[in-house]
Amino acid sequence: MTTSVLISRSGSMIARFFEYMGELTIIWTQTLGWIFVPPFHGRRFLEQARRIGPGSFFISALVAFFVGMIIALQMAYMMVRLSAEIYIPNVVAVSLTRELAPVLTALIVAGRIGAGITAEIGSMTVTEQVDALRAFACDPVKYLVVPRFLGLVVMLPILTVFADLIGIMGGYMICVNKLSVTAPMYFTMVIQSLAIKDIVTGLIKTIFFGMIIAIVGCHQGLTVKGGAEGVGRATTVSVVRSFIMIIITDCMFTTLFYFVFNV
Amino acid sequence: MIEIHGLSKSFEERQVLNNLDLTIKTGETKVIIGRSGVGKSVLLKNIIGLVRPDSGSIKINGVDVTRISEKEYNKIRMEIGMVFQGGALFDSMTVGENVAFVLSEFMDLDQKTIQDKIVDALALVGLKGVEKMMPSKLSGGMKKRVSLARVLCMEPQIILYDEPTSEVDPIMADAINNLIIELRDKLKVTSIVVTHDMNAAYKVADSIAMFYHGHVIADGTPDQIRNTTHPVVRQFIHGLAYGPITEDENLVFGHVK
Ligand SMILES: Nc1ncnc2c1ncn2[C@@H]1O[C@H](COP(=O)(O)OP(=O)(O)OP(=O)(O)O)[C@@H](O)[C@H]1O
Ligand SMILES: [Mg+2]
Repeated sequence: MTTSVLISRSGSMIARFFEYMGELTIIWTQTLGWIFVPPFHGRRFLEQARRIGPGSFFISALVAFFVGMIIALQMAYMMVRLSAEIYIPNVVAVSLTRELAPVLTALIVAGRIGAGITAEIGSMTVTEQVDALRAFACDPVKYLVVPRFLGLVVMLPILTVFADLIGIMGGYMICVNKLSVTAPMYFTMVIQSLAIKDIVTGLIKTIFFGMIIAIVGCHQGLTVKGGAEGVGRATTVSVVRSFIMIIITDCMFTTLFYFVFNV
Repeated sequence: MIEIHGLSKSFEERQVLNNLDLTIKTGETKVIIGRSGVGKSVLLKNIIGLVRPDSGSIKINGVDVTRISEKEYNKIRMEIGMVFQGGALFDSMTVGENVAFVLSEFMDLDQKTIQDKIVDALALVGLKGVEKMMPSKLSGGMKKRVSLARVLCMEPQIILYDEPTSEVDPIMADAINNLIIELRDKLKVTSIVVTHDMNAAYKVADSIAMFYHGHVIADGTPDQIRNTTHPVVRQFIHGLAYGPITEDENLVFGHVK
């Protein structure tokens, strides 16, 4: 009795999961399709890009700076004992550019922008503004999703590049001021250790993170049920799902890059 | 001409429209009356394709829109304007941008022409100097009128009004009713007007249809409806708290003790 209930319940959960993935895939393909259909609305894209980029710069820079410092300190704890302080810049640079800057920036943007997207589109859905768009022969995906999607896909890598640089500066603060690494040595080590592929693999990920934030956020907003309460719930769900998907995607990419492409 | 045949629509378990038949002739103003929640708004949304029916057909100028793709539907939607019950103004845009939405989205007009059209459309609904305001700063009745101006701006052949006068003052309501009549007489606009205001209904209607339990129980000229002997329609149009409708629903209204 209980096992059969358990089985049917987990069965329906799995079904819902695939249904959800299906819905995301549909919006994603529609979005990709609409990007190349004129007329193009550069203004709406710029509006979104402006909201996403400069608005998130300060917080992502702040986090990257402190994370850079934390890695340096954490490494110092071990490396000093091995008198290998000189390798701290390498660790800072590589872990930031490959993993931490892309993931942390994406999580920050998911929290700031993804939630905002869901709240905005969600309230448009419950006040029938999305219906009105359709009634005026405008596709909500083209009108609402595409500009946000492009905004995120373009701005997230840019934010990540800045996070890379600022995080490395955070490491510099510790290494040069508190440890026995000189400034020129710090930068030499950073540049030596970093290969183009480290930066590029980091940035490829962020493009996918941007897509996740946009698609999950917009889908959640477009499917809101109920009034203000529904919007609130959708916003929370949007952030939680983006977080989970970003982390899982990151893990998949890291595995893929490491074991398949050996980069 | 809008021909609706055997239209049914349920939401989850609840059957809202049940085998509904209704015809709106070209150039006619059809008023729809019925209790709150009977599915009047749902019917309008079915006509403009925001809700797809479970079964039945809707023919707009001969095209069965229940069978066409979203892309083909969009061509038909260019001819249909809908005034939403709640206004549904885009709150990220100014009033002017709202009114000119269709113009700036689909037509290649210069700024001056658009500005003139905005002013004209707003003047039709008795508004002036509100172009730069944001919708959140407007009163409920003003929102409704801006929503109407937005539809007028696109010069549609069919207009679906969902309670166009519900939040406006009596004077403005009468002006809007006159506007509905004028649009029919001068521009041959086909209209469906959902309203709870019986005086407005008698005034603007060429014919009135009453919805009850998901289908049309009476359809006739304002005089026919006014003088009907149908007990349900009589209770409704006279706005009586006691009668067959409330008995049917086992409604017992509270009394102050
Ligand atoms: N998207 C939807 N999902 C679920 N139920 C819905 C939806 N839209 C409408 N309904 C239900 O359909 C019924 C009819 O709603 P509708 O809005 O058409 O009523 P109405 O006749 O316009 O009433 P009113 O005069 O109050 O505007 C209601 O019971 C409503 O709960
Ligand atoms: Mg309604």
